[in-house]
Amino acid sequence: MANKVVLLDFWVSMFGMRARIALAEKCVEYEYVEEDLRNKSPRLLQANPINKKIPVLLHNDKPICESLIIVQYIDEVWTNKPSLLPSDPYERAQARFWADYVDKKIYDGGRKTTWSKGEEKEAGKKDLIESLKVLEKELGDKPYFGGESFGFVDIALVPFSSWFAAYEAEGNFSIEAECPKLIAWVKRCLERESVSKALADPKKVVDFVNTLKQKMAA
Amino acid sequence: MSSSEVKVLGAWASPFVMRARISLNIKSVDYEFLQENLGSKSELLLKSNPVHKKIPVLIHGDKAISESLVIVQYIDEVWTSSESILPSDPYDRAIARFWAAYLDEKWFPSMSKIARARGEEEKKAAIKLVQEGLVLLEDAYTKCSKGKMFFGGEKIGFLDIALGCFLGWLRVTEKAHKVKLIDEAYSPGLVKWAENFCADAAVKDVMPETDKLYEFSKVLMAKMRAPQKPA
Repeated sequence: MANKVVLLDFWVSMFGMRARIALAEKCVEYEYVEEDLRNKSPRLLQANPINKKIPVLLHNDKPICESLIIVQYIDEVWTNKPSLLPSDPYERAQARFWADYVDKKIYDGGRKTTWSKGEEKEAGKKDLIESLKVLEKELGDKPYFGGESFGFVDIALVPFSSWFAAYEAEGNFSIEAECPKLIAWVKRCLERESVSKALADPKKVVDFVNTLKQKMAA
Repeated sequence: MSSSEVKVLGAWASPFVMRARISLNIKSVDYEFLQENLGSKSELLLKSNPVHKKIPVLIHGDKAISESLVIVQYIDEVWTSSESILPSDPYDRAIARFWAAYLDEKWFPSMSKIARARGEEEKKAAIKLVQEGLVLLEDAYTKCSKGKMFFGGEKIGFLDIALGCFLGWLRVTEKAHKVKLIDEAYSPGLVKWAENFCADAAVKDVMPETDKLYEFSKVLMAKMRAPQKPA
């Protein structure tokens, strides 16, 4: 049976990066489609009419939306490679809990740090640092969040590391100073080709933010 | 396995807690229900969910699991001899998870806005948003149920539980604001579905009575509107 896999994505999106990592971990061949988010394609709007957001995975033309749902789908369909989620139900519950924590805390804190001003920016920065510290504590001395193997929570969080330089520049702080073990974990993850190829270059992300801010100010 | 092995920390009025209880009922798992006093959180709650300090928490032996949808999936994966809660096909699972996330991130917050609306205009706008969401959910119901009674097919499943738990509060909202939310006009499938869901054996003992919930909602509203005391 033909296995047509298409990923509708945007290069700088941490959520898109999650899907890219998962597809690479499972050695899935796919077509990467760069969407222009200011001018969304009819294909994207048809595939995700509710949220109109990327990433969207199209598997034989059937759309799957929401990055963590996409990662779980990829894990459940391509079973020829090691599972991205643990096999023990409690460990799986922990993985889902922490991936959900990343979604609830890191994105918002990062967004406010980058794009907001004044009190909202400071509050966002505080939340971001606090949440990264909670995650660092959860990681502990393990190589990866799930233990010895790279998995679901690592995939959920590591894309945000491509935005760390941007957060630091905008928030005027150092994530390495606040969370050194987390930075060590980032470097460990980047040793995996699936991660290093999926993540945007942090310098390019900084440029992206600067360019967008200049446009907004004009 | 004794019932003290499985505990649910929760509150009778919480739709999220109901998800855990319905799931345990589907699996015929005995459990102890520990009612939390939300004015003051118990030591057990703070210890077992230190990150969010919220209910529900499922305690299974020495393990604590938090976040209602994580709990439902955990229950489904541990007690495998009974009916499956999640669909077996990966694509159907992705769809069920998608709509559950939509309910938690978009639809339920939009319903909460009705109670918080100030003035008629805001209220009307909030009601319209909820009704628009229900039109989307009606379409999802048609596609997922494939002519059967529930989103999950012949038996209630993940998405039935994710949406059905809100029916108590939905009815309270309809009563308090004299409005029809699940309506024959644009969501006839959901009208019938709601009846069947509430009548289900796994649901009927944990779904709060609308009148009791309505009285409770008035107490909550009074607290919300009272001048805030300093912490």
